[in-house]
Amino acid sequence: MNVLLDHLADFREGFIGTVLLTLASGLLAMILGVVIAGFRVSPVPPLRMFGTAWVTLFRNTPLTLLFLIAWFVVPVIFVPGLSPWTKALLALGFYTSAFVCEAVRSGINTVPMGQAEAARSLGMSFSQTLRLIILPQATRSVIAPLSSIFIALTKNSAIAGAFSVTELFGVQKLLSDKGFPIAWIFLWVALGYLVVTFSISGLFRLLERRLGVAR
Amino acid sequence: MTKVTVAKEDVATSDELVVLKSVNKHFGALHVLQDIDLTIARGEVVVVIGPSGSGKSTLCRTINRLETIDSGTITIDGKPLPHEGRELARLRADVGMVFQSFNLFAHKTVLENVMLGQVKVRKADKTKAEEKARSLLDRVGVGTQADKYPAQLSGGQQQRVAIARALAMDPKVMLFDEPTSALDPEMINEVLEVMQQLAREGMTMIVVTHEMGFARSAANRVVFMADGRIVEQAEPNQFFNNPRSDRAREFLSKILHH
Ligand SMILES: Nc1ncnc2c1ncn2[C@@H]1O[C@H](COP(=O)(O)OP(=O)(O)O)[C@@H](O)[C@H]1O
Ligand SMILES: [Mg+2]
Repeated sequence: MNVLLDHLADFREGFIGTVLLTLASGLLAMILGVVIAGFRVSPVPPLRMFGTAWVTLFRNTPLTLLFLIAWFVVPVIFVPGLSPWTKALLALGFYTSAFVCEAVRSGINTVPMGQAEAARSLGMSFSQTLRLIILPQATRSVIAPLSSIFIALTKNSAIAGAFSVTELFGVQKLLSDKGFPIAWIFLWVALGYLVVTFSISGLFRLLERRLGVAR
Repeated sequence: MTKVTVAKEDVATSDELVVLKSVNKHFGALHVLQDIDLTIARGEVVVVIGPSGSGKSTLCRTINRLETIDSGTITIDGKPLPHEGRELARLRADVGMVFQSFNLFAHKTVLENVMLGQVKVRKADKTKAEEKARSLLDRVGVGTQADKYPAQLSGGQQQRVAIARALAMDPKVMLFDEPTSALDPEMINEVLEVMQQLAREGMTMIVVTHEMGFARSAANRVVFMADGRIVEQAEPNQFFNNPRSDRAREFLSKILHH
C-alpha cells in the first residue's frame, strides 16, 4: 500500500503517460485505419495495392520490432530528431491502424452492395459514397472489434516503457530497481491498466447502445 | 399525351437519347451481352422482357456503367460513357435508376433519401432541396411518410420513395430493373401507377418488367431478350398478340399460363 502512497507522483505520471499515449496513437490509428480501409475498397488499383501492402506489413510485424525500427532505423533513413514519445506514437499508431483497417473493412462488407450502387447511380463520387452512405452504416458492426483493438493498444503501449517513454508499465521497473516489493508494484500497475481498459469497453458499450437506438 | 413531332432536321442527333452499338460483355466465360444494338429516343418508353438470366439487368446496369462493357459503345444524349471518375458521376446523375430491391439508404429518413443527391451532387440549396423532395414525395403518394426510416415503410411505399429519389435529380432517362418483382401483389399497382404517370408526362424510360398490363398501356416498344441477345423488338400489342420469334412465343406461353 505505501508503495503507492509514497510514489503517487510516479504512478500518476505513468498513468497519465499511458492514457495520453493510448489516446494519441488510438486517434492516429483510427484516422489511418479508416483512410487505408477506403484505399482497400477503392476502384483505383494502386490505392488498393498500397492498402494491402500497409496492412500486410504492419499486421504481421511484431510490435517490438516496429519499436526497434522506429528507434534505430527511422532516424537514420527518414526523419532524425524525433522524440521517444513521437516514435512510440508512430510505432503504436501504424501497428494498430492495420487492425483498425481490417475491422472497418469487414464492417464495410456488412453493408449491402445495393447501398453503394444506389449512391453511385445518384452521381455520388466514391468518397461521398463511402463517407455518407457506407461508413455510417458500417459503424455499428465495427464498434465491438474496435473496442478489443483499443484495449490491446492500451496494453501494447507498455512496450514504450521499455524504450524509456514515461508510462505506467515503466514505473514498475523504476520502483523495483529501488528495491520495493514487486508484488505490490505489479498490483497497482495492473489496476492502473484495468481503469483504462474498463473505461474503453464502457465507452464502446455506450456507443453501441446509442447507435442501436438511432435506428 | 401526344407524341411530339419535331422538325425533321434535328431528329437524327438530338432525338436519340440512349444509343448502344454492338455492346458485348462477358462474366468470365459467360457471354451475357452479345452484340446489343439498341436506340432509345427521347420520350420513349421501352419495356425489356425475357427469361431470367437473359441479361436484362446487366443491360440496364451497363447504361449507367454500374457494369463495364468489353466492347462496343454506349452514348447518352450524344456523349459516350466516360471512365470511372468525376465525368462518369456527372453522367450518372442524369440517369435515374430504380432497383428491384429499392436500395433506399437505410440510415436516412425518407426525406433525407430524396434530398441527399440534390444537396451533395447537384449542390442545391437545402431549403430548395427539401421543398422539391416534399413535392416529389407528395406526387408519388408518400408525403406523409417523410420523416420515417425506410424500414418502417411497406415495399410499395419504399419503391415509390426510390422513384422520387431518382426523380429529384431531374434525370434525362430512368432505368427500372424489375421494380415490382419484390413486391406483394397488392402493392404492385401503386408503383405501376406512378410509372404510368411518369410515362404520360414524357419521361424517357427503360423498364425491365414482366408486367404486361404496364407494357401494353405505357410502352412504345417491347424489346425481347434471350441468352444475351435482343431477339425481337416490336410495338407492345403486336409483340404480345403476334410474336414473330419462336423464343418469344415460347416465353409468352409460359408467363401467360399462371
Ligand atoms: N456479377 C456477376 N458475376 C457473374 N455472373 C453474373 C453477374 N451478374 C449476373 N451474372 C450472370 O449473368 C447472367 C445474366 O444475368 P442478369 O443480367 O441478371 O439476367 P436477368 O436480369 O435477365 O435475369 C446470369 O446468368 C447471371 O447468373
Ligand atoms: Mg434481373
